[in-house]
Amino acid sequence: MDAADNFDISLAVTGSGGAGAITAGELLLSVAGRNGCFGMMRRSFGPQIRGGEAAALLRISSQPVACMNDSFDLLLALDWRNAERFADEITLRPDSIIIADPAAGAVPQPVLDMGGQIIAVPLGDLARDIAAGRPNMVALGLLTRWLGFGPDEAGTLITELFESRDAEIASGSRLAFEQGFAQPLASSARQEASTEQPGAPRNSDLPPLNGERWHFHGNEGCGLGALRGGIRFVAAYPITPASDLLEWLSPRLDQLNGSLLQAEDELASINMVLGASFGGVPAMTATSGPGMALMLEGMGLAVASETPAVVINVMRGGPSTGIPTKSEQTDLNMALHGLHGDAPHMVIAPLDHADCIQATEWAVRLSEALQTLTIVLSDQLLAQSTVLIPKPEYRLPDIPPRCTSGPDPDYERYALTDSGVSPMAIPGTPMSTYVADGLEHTSFAKPSAAAADHAQQLDKRARKIASFEYGDLWADSRGTGDTVILTWGSTTAAAREAVRRLETAGHPVRVIALRLLLPARPERLAEALEGARRVLIVEQSHGRQFEHYLRAYYEIAPETRTLARPGPLPITPGEIVESLTGWE
Amino acid sequence: MDQVKTSVPVVPKDYKSKIKPVWCPGCGDFAVLSAITKALAHLQLPRESVALISGIGCSSRIAAYTSVYGFHGVHGRALALAAGLKAARTDLTVLVAGGDGDGLSIGGNHFIHACRRNMNMTYIIMDNEVYGMTKGQASPTTAPDWLDSKLTPHGTGLRPFQPAAMALTAGASFIARGFTGNPNGLAKILVEAIEHRGFSFVQALSPCPTFRPEQMDWKHQVREFEEGPTDDLATASQRIHADDGMSTGVIFKTNYPVFQPGRAEHGDLDAIEREFRL
Repeated sequence: MDAADNFDISLAVTGSGGAGAITAGELLLSVAGRNGCFGMMRRSFGPQIRGGEAAALLRISSQPVACMNDSFDLLLALDWRNAERFADEITLRPDSIIIADPAAGAVPQPVLDMGGQIIAVPLGDLARDIAAGRPNMVALGLLTRWLGFGPDEAGTLITELFESRDAEIASGSRLAFEQGFAQPLASSARQEASTEQPGAPRNSDLPPLNGERWHFHGNEGCGLGALRGGIRFVAAYPITPASDLLEWLSPRLDQLNGSLLQAEDELASINMVLGASFGGVPAMTATSGPGMALMLEGMGLAVASETPAVVINVMRGGPSTGIPTKSEQTDLNMALHGLHGDAPHMVIAPLDHADCIQATEWAVRLSEALQTLTIVLSDQLLAQSTVLIPKPEYRLPDIPPRCTSGPDPDYERYALTDSGVSPMAIPGTPMSTYVADGLEHTSFAKPSAAAADHAQQLDKRARKIASFEYGDLWADSRGTGDTVILTWGSTTAAAREAVRRLETAGHPVRVIALRLLLPARPERLAEALEGARRVLIVEQSHGRQFEHYLRAYYEIAPETRTLARPGPLPITPGEIVESLTGWE
Repeated sequence: MDQVKTSVPVVPKDYKSKIKPVWCPGCGDFAVLSAITKALAHLQLPRESVALISGIGCSSRIAAYTSVYGFHGVHGRALALAAGLKAARTDLTVLVAGGDGDGLSIGGNHFIHACRRNMNMTYIIMDNEVYGMTKGQASPTTAPDWLDSKLTPHGTGLRPFQPAAMALTAGASFIARGFTGNPNGLAKILVEAIEHRGFSFVQALSPCPTFRPEQMDWKHQVREFEEGPTDDLATASQRIHADDGMSTGVIFKTNYPVFQPGRAEHGDLDAIEREFRL
């Protein structure tokens, strides 16, 4: 297949635990990448720790994509054990293809109900006579050919993946792949790809097709942004879906002369972060909703003691244990309003995978410059899906590093400066010793319950955040027209794709995605909303947390509707298009 | 860090700040403050090289009364904050101080994990068997039949924690008990604790004249352990449990591996970014 062709294919590979659906999906994404394509892959797992069913949900396209499509062109089932659990996530159409091994039993009713043309392929039999050959590699061969790619790249990738582990598995996998590749389906993806399902038409704001391409998931993106921002200490407690961010950071912090400390709980991790930051080392933690709930007290201490600290919350379905392996945008309320007392801080949300890097670096730099807490709200959808996109390029505005104090016999830690930022002495600096305090204090860090001290310090802590010039990164605005989609976080990618589809259909729409949620920028949004006749708010929350936030801080537009839906299923571009086309 | 040479303070009062303590007259915590400043003066540690971390409670106010770096954080979390500081700044001498409620109740999980982690720092629990700042409630070290708290008018009915035994089981590598009625003896223990490589735990019996006036009699009950420190777990355990909790001195001292995260492997950010390339 020629990458210049305009194509956009969605396919799903499912199987029970150990069947290798995820491995096949990851290899297929890499094959597509080496053939000059772009793509994205979500991994979906059942609740079991090991041995549960797994699905690799892929979108492979001739141009960069940032979200999954509405439905799937193809479903390949390695077996049908518990496959009905994925029926919600894998929407099929009457023209979709279902590839199934007859030996694996009948196609389950929930799958049949969606329609689709069933093609029987004896995946198991084809692998049976090959030593260490497995059906998932047969499937990889079949799909590689169906997508119109040659066999060479996949062969190389299989060798790279398995050879270091086991030569027999490597050769068996290659042979099984070749068996699958030798099985022509009645049609290829190029003919089969539905023309009714609008893909992502090429748009001028997309990056060039040639050039360096990056392959990463959102957790890795946030990790890289943190390291670029200067984070050299992390303390954290394992929690889904933030653990892989922490596991990615641990060895890399070692390489950068930093460290990661596994704490006894989240209460400890946030306080460890404050200790390291007090010691002069930029520090952060990563967690998810329940973990951040435990950290809130310590986060208040970051604000009161003016200690830089970054908390990345990889949101999952809540409340309580909720749906740990699925995404939702429902920790917004906690991030905005969870702290006790009047505690001004910053809340920043990456808008897509590429932005995980930029937004997190920005958060770290702001936290250091303003000596306070910054919360980064990522979510499971960004964190645990992999993209294959052009190398993300960005340029942050100039942000000063942490303002420190030299030796000063009259050192005044919480001095009432115009900017609200006061020089911070780092332990080891002679004469400037002070005691950082969560008790209200005087400008000299002496504990004080005096009304004037409280008012002055509250003013100072609010001033440094309110008066800072955040530049254009506060939001990302695209498109034109008097209809505006207002959104944030991971739903941004679906909204942008909806806008592209509507534009192609002759209906210009704007999408404004807020990256900086706190401090709110009501004047900037008012400018951005100039000429807006109606606004569609899009968020993944049953309780409409984003809508309530917007109504509290901003003037929006006379006519407003909200597309608010809980997880676990990601909001699709088609849903957004439907919300707008039905609104006349 | 760049260390600017300054004249080293030589006398204990150089380690005191000008802030007047909130403590009641006769509070044992004055003697802990005094013992800390004596120990630091004995060791001639530059003020800027020391950090004193504390939580919340009467005794946790101590950080503000010294002239070293300090962090007066939230209730029960001083050990966690100190662990982060020490992980990031191995060059600093890190002291942690607080009360029995702060360290053994709300901070109990951090206490056992700090012992187990065995980072190079010194933790002083100023134990008066009562919450003073909230006006007299039972703590984990209070006797089960103490009836003077409105919160537990029939007593707690619970066996008190034995902090030294907990520290031993959890993996502390240095365990001692001192008494504020003997500030010089306490200072000597603190010198040894600070010089110890690893997590050193010092329980300072520190009477509360306001809510536990009967503790003013402790001076007649406290005695020194007959034997010096042991490095044998069973011997230390036997001594701690055979004692009524009023014997003082260094009980246990050994060399467990000291935890320090980070490996300083060779690498750079460019190499990490290359991993993202297809």
